Amino acid sequence: MKSPDRTLEEILSLAAVHFQVPREKLRPDDDFFKTLGIDSLQTLDLLTKLENHFQVELPDYELQGVSDFRTLAERIRTRL
Amino acid sequence: MNQFQGQALSWAVKDGTVELALHREPCNELGSIALEEAAQFADSLAKLGSEAHALIIFSSVKAGFSAGADLRELYHLLQTSERDQFLKEVRTRVERAHRVINAIDAAPLTTIAAVHGVVFGGGFELALGCDLIIADKTARFCFPELRLGLIPGWGGIPRLKRDLGNATIRDLLLTGRSLSAAKVQQAGLVSQIVAEGEALKVARATALQLGKFDRHTAATAKRFIKPIPYEELQREIDIFCELVSRPAVEAGLRQFVDRVDAQPYLPQ
Repeated sequence: MKSPDRTLEEILSLAAVHFQVPREKLRPDDDFFKTLGIDSLQTLDLLTKLENHFQVELPDYELQGVSDFRTLAERIRTRL
Repeated sequence: MNQFQGQALSWAVKDGTVELALHREPCNELGSIALEEAAQFADSLAKLGSEAHALIIFSSVKAGFSAGADLRELYHLLQTSERDQFLKEVRTRVERAHRVINAIDAAPLTTIAAVHGVVFGGGFELALGCDLIIADKTARFCFPELRLGLIPGWGGIPRLKRDLGNATIRDLLLTGRSLSAAKVQQAGLVSQIVAEGEALKVARATALQLGKFDRHTAATAKRFIKPIPYEELQREIDIFCELVSRPAVEAGLRQFVDRVDAQPYLPQ
């Protein structure tokens, strides 16, 4: 299983590339809605990217209330 | 009418294929205008079918294929109508949506939904009326109706039952979660998964291939393989209209309309 740090780093890198934000501007405890400036439709797009990257299924109700990268990484790790 | 440009939809015949484009921002919410134009399309299908062998339905909107019924319009109707008038209007709209999707389902053309992004509710039901679904990797499929105190009302359940196992249908309906294109292909609904932005191109290539087959044979095969579950579709209309009269629906619609957070398409 990937380490927590590795999972988090992969999410940050993926978000940086997909939403064209410099990686160094993203921090683990950032609110990704604000930092990435994404809406609900783009959130679904991010969800798909994460599922494809980590080869997991992430029911979207599990992401309700999740807004920072660190918690997102924790949710993904429960399915790795 | 072999060409049409409307506010929500447009269509034209190209290379023996009817192309129906959904183009209403932000995500092809299907309200009264879209349904009116879709009904015109259904009425034109017989004539269009004489000039073509295939139909492709796609969205030119970036966010996705369709977010389904226009819930804001539905809530506005609820707020501004007498109760009996509201229920009558809902039934009229649901029956109109069924007529449109049934016409697409029964068309003697081979029909392809080329989808991306959001494929929710009524948008998913429209895709289910087609013979093939070609999805790009961004597509997510969802029936969020239970969040509103409803069931899918535009033929979703009978068509899912035609195509899928019951456990998958329960997962989709009872959790209201969205599924990726890969998951939906695994379940058997999606024919091909393609790279982001390539669904229409692949659908056109598929349609060209279909044009090589004898049309009568293709239409006969389709009628044999894909019976339309009319009785269950009618039963679904009745159940939907019964549920829509309950207070839970008004509460669910209000919650959706009032939400200002970044995730109105995600379940609460």
